[in-house]
Amino acid sequence: MQVTRIGGWLATMLLAASPAVLAQVDLSGTWGQLMHEDNAERGAGPDFADYTGLPINDAARLRAESWDAAKWTVPEHQCEPHPADYAPHGPAGLRIWSTVDVTSQQVVAWHMTHAWMVTTRTIWMDGRQHPPPEARHTWMGFSTGKWEGDTLVVKTTHLKEGWIRRNGVPRSDRGTLTEYFIRHGDILTLVSVVEDPAYLTEPLMRTWNWALHLGYQIAPYPCSARVETERPKGFVAHWLPGTNPQLKEFASKRKLPAEASRGGAQTMYPEYQLELQKAAVPPAAATNPAGAKQ
Amino acid sequence: MNRCAALVVVATLTVLCSAALAAQSKTKADPKATNAASTATIEIVPVQDRVYLLAGGSRNVAVQVGNDGVLYVDSSTADLSEQILKATRTLSQRPIRYVFNTHAHPENVGGNQALSRQGISFGGGNTKDQTFALIYAHENVLNALSAPTGKQAALPSDFWPTDTYFTESMEVHFNGEPVELISVPQAHTDGDSLVLFRGSNVVVTGDVFLTTGYPIIDVAHGGTINGLIAALNRIIDIAIPGENEEDGTLIVPGQGRVCDEYDVVVYRDMVTIIRDRVQDLIKKGMTLQQVQAARPSRDYDVLFTPGEGHATPEQFIQAVYETLKSGGAE
Repeated sequence: MQVTRIGGWLATMLLAASPAVLAQVDLSGTWGQLMHEDNAERGAGPDFADYTGLPINDAARLRAESWDAAKWTVPEHQCEPHPADYAPHGPAGLRIWSTVDVTSQQVVAWHMTHAWMVTTRTIWMDGRQHPPPEARHTWMGFSTGKWEGDTLVVKTTHLKEGWIRRNGVPRSDRGTLTEYFIRHGDILTLVSVVEDPAYLTEPLMRTWNWALHLGYQIAPYPCSARVETERPKGFVAHWLPGTNPQLKEFASKRKLPAEASRGGAQTMYPEYQLELQKAAVPPAAATNPAGAKQ
Repeated sequence: MNRCAALVVVATLTVLCSAALAAQSKTKADPKATNAASTATIEIVPVQDRVYLLAGGSRNVAVQVGNDGVLYVDSSTADLSEQILKATRTLSQRPIRYVFNTHAHPENVGGNQALSRQGISFGGGNTKDQTFALIYAHENVLNALSAPTGKQAALPSDFWPTDTYFTESMEVHFNGEPVELISVPQAHTDGDSLVLFRGSNVVVTGDVFLTTGYPIIDVAHGGTINGLIAALNRIIDIAIPGENEEDGTLIVPGQGRVCDEYDVVVYRDMVTIIRDRVQDLIKKGMTLQQVQAARPSRDYDVLFTPGEGHATPEQFIQAVYETLKSGGAE
């Protein structure tokens, strides 16, 4: 879920209150995701042009407004998994295990497999440095972790370009991820902070929860790209600026002022509700203005 | 060569380097030109199997090593040759046999003479061995570097390709794998080649693909936006990714980091979208100045840091506009 400023303060205070010792909580196990939040992100995914609560800039907004779901008909896009910063949205049951140095019995690395497309990431705990800029970028990026009290704090760089919402809102390959893994008994909480100098004006903070699930199994997820729709060679799905007929659907359906659906840092905060009360709500009709599809 | 040892070797050498976007548009190439006393670090980055990236100059140099010897793809500028040779010798002591050029720009052919002179080519029959490595490239690279009798060539003959091709491709079998130069016409220039290492599963692209900025289209020397997009699609055709659209065929760009197919797909999508927007504005009757003022690349400009020897958004839009208007590589 999106965390408000107050929520962020609480999370920060809780982390600061943790004892500064080298505690190492065991995160190992299989974890079933609690799907009690972010309903709009589940299943078929969010509405077109719903950018509410995202601290995006104009460049990100234009890319999202140019995005066309026909992208998924292009073979070279079909087998893209969720990148590390979106993967917890899932469906994201987790298997977590560690690699332990046999001599020192120290955890060298944590490993996590996500259920969706069976992506696996490694979080290095041995103090190694992040690679140089010319190193490859991957879906899971390069992650290092350290314990701050009972919280595992993970920094991730070298991510491939990805998305922060499944309706075309981009996260660039310059984006970085900071995560806080917190175990409370049989509940695992992840606080995630995405920063992106290209497309975000403020950090994007989200949380997810899992419950320990001893019988949880992750199924294989092989993906083979196929030509499902005949397209011209080199086809790239997108809308030219000003031609996307889907941009007003969400605001109209939810009876929101159009500006509110366009996101921006201000839409993350409670004060924005006061702004909304002043704004005019458009009529529910007129969701499909004429526009030639690219 | 001991690959395991090579993987842990990182040769760091401090050198002077030149990087000049402006130089790409000049007819006369000056391989010794340096436009700034900038410091570059040459680093060996293992790519895959027998192929390594020598990173740090203004353009990437790839090197393939094995029992047959050493093969370079591009040679950077002359002032980097000594450092490139030193770095290479940490990977292999075998003779330098080939230099392949992806195109004719000075940042890519400036080391031809120095690297070739350190090599050897074997004769046969009634020919004798030569004390230079062979230089392979598309025919238009030779045309760009040489000149008809009585006219001044861009570079001395030691820099010229020794063997060229004008068909779709040219191939050799070297270090245990097929290696292919694949022509991608009217893309970055009129003489671009991709280099495919079939066994190592690596494509070296030259400047038709960069991770550090917009494409630089040398319109004066035959580059076009549609040819460049066709070249990017050719790379995507050749590349076969591993699981989850990752790994598999690896791509060495002209500038920037080692990639896989997805990175090229994202870049191809960006370039195609901007091309389509410019085309739409041209259809609406806009002049170049009006198209530039409309900023059709404004959602991608944030991805690149300007002023590092790359095309500015305005330069890129101008090249797109001009080559669409002229109908180049339709």
